[in-house]
This record gives sequence, C-alpha cells and structure tokens, in this order.
Amino acid sequence: MLHLVLFFIFAAVCVGGAVNLLAQKHPINSALSLIVVMGSLAVIYLLLGAEFVAAVQIIVYAGAVMVLFVFVIMLLNAGVEERTPHGSRVAMMLGVPGLIVGLGLGIWVVTRITGLDKIGIGGPAIMNGTEAFGNPQAVGRLLFRDYLLPFEVTSVLILIAIMGAVVLARREE
Amino acid sequence: MGIGTFIVVSIIKILIAILVLLTAVAYTTLLERKVVAHMQNRWGPSRVGPFGIWQPLADGLKFIFKEDLTPPYANKPLYLLAPVIALITALTSMAVIPIGPWISVGSIHTPLQITDVNIGLLVILGITSVGVYGVALAGWSSNSKYSMLASLRASAQMMSYEIALGLSLVGVLILSGSFSLRDIVDAQAGTWLGFIPKWNLFKGQVVAFFIYIMAAYAETNRIPFDLAEAESELVAGYHTEYSSMKFAMFFMAEYANMFTVACLASLLFLGGWSGPVFGPPIVQSLLPVFWFALRVFAFIFIYIWVRGTLPRFRYDQLMAFGWKFLLPLAIANIVVTSLVVALK
Repeated sequence: MLHLVLFFIFAAVCVGGAVNLLAQKHPINSALSLIVVMGSLAVIYLLLGAEFVAAVQIIVYAGAVMVLFVFVIMLLNAGVEERTPHGSRVAMMLGVPGLIVGLGLGIWVVTRITGLDKIGIGGPAIMNGTEAFGNPQAVGRLLFRDYLLPFEVTSVLILIAIMGAVVLARREE
Repeated sequence: MGIGTFIVVSIIKILIAILVLLTAVAYTTLLERKVVAHMQNRWGPSRVGPFGIWQPLADGLKFIFKEDLTPPYANKPLYLLAPVIALITALTSMAVIPIGPWISVGSIHTPLQITDVNIGLLVILGITSVGVYGVALAGWSSNSKYSMLASLRASAQMMSYEIALGLSLVGVLILSGSFSLRDIVDAQAGTWLGFIPKWNLFKGQVVAFFIYIMAAYAETNRIPFDLAEAESELVAGYHTEYSSMKFAMFFMAEYANMFTVACLASLLFLGGWSGPVFGPPIVQSLLPVFWFALRVFAFIFIYIWVRGTLPRFRYDQLMAFGWKFLLPLAIANIVVTSLVVALK
C-alpha cells in the first residue's frame, strides 16, 4: 500500500519534472528539472527493491553527469532560448494529447501480449520467491561472477571512449 | 514496535540529532577561534560570558539581525535555493550515521541512529555529491564574477576529490563486506592479544585512512585546500554576495559537513564506538556514545590544528595532488587489499 502511494507520488514528480524540462525557457532550469527527474527515478528504483542501482543513479547521474551539464551551461552563460514562431497551435493542442494516448495504448498492447502486466509495481510482489536481487552483494555477484566478461568488455569500451574524448579535446601544439 | 511508536521514536531521534548537531556546529566555531587564537598567542573571543562561552549565541543573533541583501541581477529562485540545498544535504547525511549500539528505554528497543539502511555509505556519498549543487548554483545565481569563478573552483575541487574519497573507502568495504555503517563497526569489534583493537586502521588500511583524511579536507573546503574561500586571495568565494542568514546557512553546512566527515572517519577506520564499558547499566549504555564523541572531537580538533599550522595549496598543485597522487594511491590500495583478502 505504502509502496503504491510512494510510487504514484514520485511517478508524478518524475513526469512533472520531465514536462517542466521541456517547458522551461532557461537552460539551467531545464537542467535542474532533469535532476529532479533523476532523483525521482532513483526513488522508483528503490521501491522496486534495487537499492544499489538507486544509489548509483544519484551518485553518477544526479551527482556527476548533471553537475557537468550545469557547469557547461554556467560557463557558456547560455541565455534564454529563442522560440521559433512557426508551428500551428491546433497541432499542439491535439498532437500532444493524441501522442500520449497513442503511446499509452501501444504500451498497454505490448505489455498485454508479452505478459509484463502481471508484474506488480510494489516491491513485495517482485521480491516473492526469489532472494534479494537489488542489494550491492547480489549486484556484485552478478557483475563479477556471472557476467564478468561483458562487464570487463564494457569497461574497456568506456576506457576507449574516455581516451577518444581526451584526444579530441586536446589542443594541437 | 507498532507503526505509531516507530514514527514517534523516529521524530524524537531526528529532533535530538538536529539539535545536537547544530549546537555542536555553533560551539565548533568557538572552539576553532579559541584554539587558533592560542596557537597564535592571542586570547580569542573573551567578551561574551566567561571564556567567550556565549559567543556562538551572539554570532547567531547578529546573523539574524543583519540586513539581507539580494543583488539586483541575481536569479532570485536559485539564489534562494542554493543555501537551502547546501544546508539540507549537510544535515541529511546524519540520518544514516550510527552513534552507538542499541538502547532500551522502557519497552522500546531502538538503535542509536535515525535509520539503519544496508546501503548507508552509498547514501552518504550520494547526498554529498548532490551537495555540490549548493556551491555551483550559489556562484552562478549571484551573477557576479567573483562568486562565479570561486564556485567553479570549488565545485571542480569537490568533484575531483570525491573520486579519491570514494576509492579510499573501498578497502574498508572489502574488509567488512557491507555498506551498512553498523555492520562495518561490528566487523571491527574485538582485539588482538587483548589490547590492540581490531580497527580497520590496524587491519592494513593506514594508507586508505590518510587518503580519506586528505580527500575529506578538500571535500569540506578546509585548509590546506580552502581555495574556494581563500579569504586573503579571493573575494570571499562562492558566497560573496550572500549576507545574513543565507550566509549563515552556508557556514552551518560547512561545519556540519566537517562533522559528517569526522563521524565517518571514526566509524570506518577507528572502530566507531568500541571502548571499555563498565559501571551501572545507565553508564554502560552511554559510554559507547562517549567513546564515539571523543573520536569525533579528536578529528575536529585535528581539523583546527591543521588550519592553524599549514599554508594553502596553489590551485594547480591541488588538482595535481588529487588526480596524480591520491587517485593512483587509492587504486593501489584497493588492489593490494583485495589481493591480501583473496590470498588469505
């Protein structure tokens, strides 16, 4: 019950933040809305029993990635974005609700076909039967025992990406 | 324990924690002024009460009655939000820090901690990483060159040292096998030969301890890493444009962070609240808290001692020290610790 209430509160905050991200004119307000979205996503992960992922979501995304976003906006001192006037209002009025309804229908059909709708949103429904899967020990066991090779390959990929960024950003002497 | 009792007990614990923390913060400022003064052959505050004992109260009153200025071109909502973020993140970290074992009051059996979560250490790291926004937004929203430059320096410094800080804790985590601060303390119980305590510090985490201490000094913007507010070189720092209670909030956040860092150092490396326990039951239940407070006090004192002793780093030295010295050392510590644990 408490899970359900918290889920709806933070799902609403998440969607609200995402809409605000698009609606805001100033880039820094949009960046801050994105932080709100990430924070509420972390709470939803927590409700699903994935404590480790929730903590990492805050540390990596809200705490590191978004700080860089905010940095860039601050350094460029990006101003209020310009609105392009073209685009009809009727399309806005009808298109946005139409898109939402269409997406919702699509998701509903897909979940019905694949049977995903049988999974509840509350933690206990998922936790039933299996041992805890979202705590750091379980995640560590998966990453460093069962999926060691994919994990290491991914880390090499990230290393290559970092080196590529360094090479690209380096000023020619 | 019913849900009603649980809520009441939690609220009482939160109120006590905030009250004790803020009082400790206020009196740390007095301690700092006194100790630094005596190191420099001065008396320090001595007018308000005996030994200046009411000085923190006078300072608090002064902050409240100061004029609250907002620069005309500031981004007002964010200008207000920045000190709030700084203070809230500083206080929230305390929620997962245990200060002693379980106690029983009447029929209620409760841990001396607001809440025990199994990812306690990660929660603290997460909250601290969000705290950077307080600094970054304060500088940007003031719309002033000085604040902006200082906030960029401060947030770059905090982000760089966060990595060394996080990595220095991995050795401790390998030894204890848990993120819960209470489990980490429990894993350090007992002694070798009857007198050497089994603290993580003596279990081979000496290097990690010193990396942690240095990174923590940089994280909390203290000397010798206080470039964010080098008052003799910059114009104050990211809070240049702040006055009155908003400035006081940054100030309180900084000192509360010092306490968080000191508590973590005691819990992770020095065995938390372990120590000789004796006497009647009431003394027995309070002695661990005393031993814990003693360790925290020692760390705070060393903070002040270092401030009175060391000069300030240059900014390039600071970055080179963090990235080229502390970071490789922390990684080496992880490798060695895991090898020792694996081969044992």
